[in-house]
Amino acid sequence: MAGLLAILVGVLFGAGVYLLLRRSLIRLIFGLALISHAVNLLVFTTGGLVRGNPPLVPPEAQVPPAGHADPIPQALVLTAIVIGFGLLAFTCVLVKQVVKTLGTDDTDSMRANEE
Amino acid sequence: MLWTILLLFGLAAAAPLVAKFAKGASGWLLAAGPAAILFAYLAQLPILPGESRSEVWEWVPGLGVELRFVLDGLSATFTLLITGIGALVLVYAGGYMAGKAKLGQLLSYLLLFLGSMLGLVLSDNTIALFVFWELTSISSYLLIGLDHERESVRSAALKALLVTGGGGLLLLGGFVLLGIAAGDLGLKGADAFSISALADLDLSAHGLYPAIMVLVAIGAFTKSAQAPFHFWLPQAMAAPTPVSALLHSATMVKAGIFLLARLHPALGGTDLWTALLVPVGAVTMLGAAITALGQRDKKRILAYSTVSVLGILVTLLGAGTVVAIEAAVVLLVAHAFYKAALFMVAGNVDHGAGTRDVTLLSGLRKAMPFTFAAGAVAALSMAGAPPMFGFVGKELFYGKLVTAEARSTLLILVAVATNVALVAAALLVALRPFVGSSAGVAKNAHEVSAPMLVGPLILAAAGLFVGLFPDVFDATLGSAMATAIAGQRVDMHLALWHGLNPTALGVMGLSAATLVLGAMVYHRTRRLLAPLAEALSRLRAIGPETWYEKGLAGLVTGSDRVTRGIQTGYLRHYVLAVVVAAVVLAAPPLLRSLPGAAPLFPEAPRPHEALLVAVAAASAVAAMVLRSRTAAIAALGATGAVIAMLFLLFSAPDLSITQIMVETLSVILLVLVLSRLPRLVTRSSRSRRIADLAVATLAGGTMALLAIAATTVSLDPEAARFFAAASYTEAQGRNVVNVVLVDFRALDTMGEIFVVAAAGFGIHALLRLAPETGGAA
Amino acid sequence: MSSVILRTATRLLLPLLLVFSAFILLRGHNEPGGGFIGGLLSAGALSAYALAWGPAEARRVLRVDPRTLLGAGLLCVCAAAFAGIAAGREVLTGLWAPFEVPGLGKVSTVLLFDLGVHLGVVGATLSILFNLGED
Repeated sequence: MAGLLAILVGVLFGAGVYLLLRRSLIRLIFGLALISHAVNLLVFTTGGLVRGNPPLVPPEAQVPPAGHADPIPQALVLTAIVIGFGLLAFTCVLVKQVVKTLGTDDTDSMRANEE
Repeated sequence: MLWTILLLFGLAAAAPLVAKFAKGASGWLLAAGPAAILFAYLAQLPILPGESRSEVWEWVPGLGVELRFVLDGLSATFTLLITGIGALVLVYAGGYMAGKAKLGQLLSYLLLFLGSMLGLVLSDNTIALFVFWELTSISSYLLIGLDHERESVRSAALKALLVTGGGGLLLLGGFVLLGIAAGDLGLKGADAFSISALADLDLSAHGLYPAIMVLVAIGAFTKSAQAPFHFWLPQAMAAPTPVSALLHSATMVKAGIFLLARLHPALGGTDLWTALLVPVGAVTMLGAAITALGQRDKKRILAYSTVSVLGILVTLLGAGTVVAIEAAVVLLVAHAFYKAALFMVAGNVDHGAGTRDVTLLSGLRKAMPFTFAAGAVAALSMAGAPPMFGFVGKELFYGKLVTAEARSTLLILVAVATNVALVAAALLVALRPFVGSSAGVAKNAHEVSAPMLVGPLILAAAGLFVGLFPDVFDATLGSAMATAIAGQRVDMHLALWHGLNPTALGVMGLSAATLVLGAMVYHRTRRLLAPLAEALSRLRAIGPETWYEKGLAGLVTGSDRVTRGIQTGYLRHYVLAVVVAAVVLAAPPLLRSLPGAAPLFPEAPRPHEALLVAVAAASAVAAMVLRSRTAAIAALGATGAVIAMLFLLFSAPDLSITQIMVETLSVILLVLVLSRLPRLVTRSSRSRRIADLAVATLAGGTMALLAIAATTVSLDPEAARFFAAASYTEAQGRNVVNVVLVDFRALDTMGEIFVVAAAGFGIHALLRLAPETGGAA
Repeated sequence: MSSVILRTATRLLLPLLLVFSAFILLRGHNEPGGGFIGGLLSAGALSAYALAWGPAEARRVLRVDPRTLLGAGLLCVCAAAFAGIAAGREVLTGLWAPFEVPGLGKVSTVLLFDLGVHLGVVGATLSILFNLGED
């Protein structure tokens, strides 16, 4: 299964990079979102994949059951998801303001504006 | 000894405030600092030959860097010169810049420089010495560039900084090699960087010795303005006169001489040492002395004569015999006295008569009697006339040459020619402006204020006193200094009169001939040497200064071209550079690690999982290619939702819920934003898209390889085990992930929530605080 | 986005979802949930309400400015962090009250921290979305 997820990471990242290479700032937003997904998934898989055994301590026990999933990548990814949202929101607004100011989302014509 | 350096740095920080409140008196007030230090070190006298007092402070023990200070004959002499002349220069600067806005700045930089210089000469650790060495370069940059509003001043300051700083870098290389060599020869830790410990080693036998020698020599040559690095010094005359008096008499430019003297016991006494120093010194002293005579500006004459004297000192240290070192010691001290005095005299003349051009100046003796007196006495010393200390120095210099073997005949000629030129230069700067008709600029000239007279008068008197009683100097300091340089005990017996023996008579003959020839040259200065100076300045066009300027210009245009090449202004080029570099760097090692990785599919994937992965991949590709904004957003949302399901399947319920919630909010966000943005259009050509797709495929492949490699790395299970075990028992929470977030690793979460807050506030600022008017600014 | 169904649904669902998010926050320490999820849930509910009724109406229902919530959240987080120091322990050390509060269970600085995260997420998210909606 790790192999399949690795391929998914590759597809998500590749699609993200392709979108970053577009001239459109809107596609750049999509690309960022896909790359966030790819990286989250990558970190998640490094912890090892466990089915149906979350790191929860059952009501009567003192420790989680043996073979539970690693809580550290989960905690890392959880914050990364929320940060990713912050990043996405900020990028969106930035792009929106850029388009509002320059009247285009074409990065090539922005270069002309620079000079 | 540390306190004296820190005191100077502290005063440097306080100087602008002092100047603001004390105004005219600030020079006097601040001079009290170096003066106090001067007396503190005077109280340590006499220092006996071979005696050294040290003081050690830890600095960077792990790297063998310590603040080890040594007070011996060499450092004590320099310390007294620096603080003494420093105090006088501060007083002088207070008068010179009286009422000017930059007085505080000047005094502050002067003190900063004095502290750096003091640290340099007291350091016994090469690394610490290097740090102070660079501090002197930086503070002299500030000093030379004080009038930075003028372009020529900026370029002069930059020239001094680049030349001395560049030499400093080579010096650092030399010091590092020196440390390695010392380590090979048995010194450990901080000792490998301790200069006094180096003297006992046989470094010349080490394979690195030639490299060390060349690097250290270039470092010293750049600082002490030896050919072909001399050109920065005359340019540095753009600085205010107090700065020149300090930098170009006893301090900055003597730092290179100090370094050679300090390292002579460790590195000297070899053929390479002599072969490097003597020719460079000889060329410098003669070339600079002749060039000096071709100048009209008093300060430039003095600058070139300084370069010339530095050349003499390098030659003497290069010879390395006891007599040569004695001569170097005396000449160094004598030069410090008379050159500082003459610079101040030049500044006084400039102030009093309004020009420093020797062809315009004449007859100032009545208008500026004190300045004339100080200048005349100092010039006598410079010319090497009895009974001045400069005379004692020149006698020793000649004595060294006369007693040396026949091969130095050429050197004698060079030395005599140099001294003849220096005599003429001395007369030119200290005699010509004051004698003759007082009809020209002298009519409106006036004597300068007391602070500007104290310095030159005291310095001239000091040169006279030491000349009359040279035995006082050699008993308290001189012998110890020569001993420290020679690395063996030296007992100096300086005298004005050496009795009647063949050597002494030969030396006296040379001295007399020098004075007579010098006077003759002076009388014919313009006619005799103007064409020569002309030729020299034409030589400049192919000389090192031109290389420097061409090199600097080339650097600017070169970096301009490189920047234009790299910074295309196309966003996708930057992305491409990052992605391609990452792929090229990361893919090969990842591919190599692949055969050792665990089997990709130890078990057949479960159908529902495989289906989810396929859906996620398909929606990602859809988000990539779809041309409708709404459809693309929907595909993006689907990707996220499927990933949330994957999280749930693999035992991460918290992640799953978070992902779903964020995905929902992201869709709302994208809809809100994109509804106000233009439609998606295809702008790139087909071939461009295919090329990008290839790059994207490579990047995705590399990322997949990384993911595969990552599964074979086992994370340290200790932390996870602890979190799981302590979650309920210690942190009273059954959801380990949440406990990690809010308790065990709460600091991370705290940082994270602040980042989210920053994004929120940033967006608020972007939307609400942006200027309402549209259009490109 | 002014369909009757959406409007009615959001008006009915909003209080339910807000209560549920508080519940998620409280149970987060022992079961899936917590400040992040609770905060996102509240934010989602209010955003849906804003989509249906407009940001101005959503702001009215919320009563406080989202940025005030954000600030309050950061304040809670910092208070929880410094409580450890005030008690003479390391920064961010969890402190637990010796008694139970009915309905809340054991109170602790950890809960305060989680509440801060909750408020921070709600505040930041709503501030972003409301601003965008009104722009």
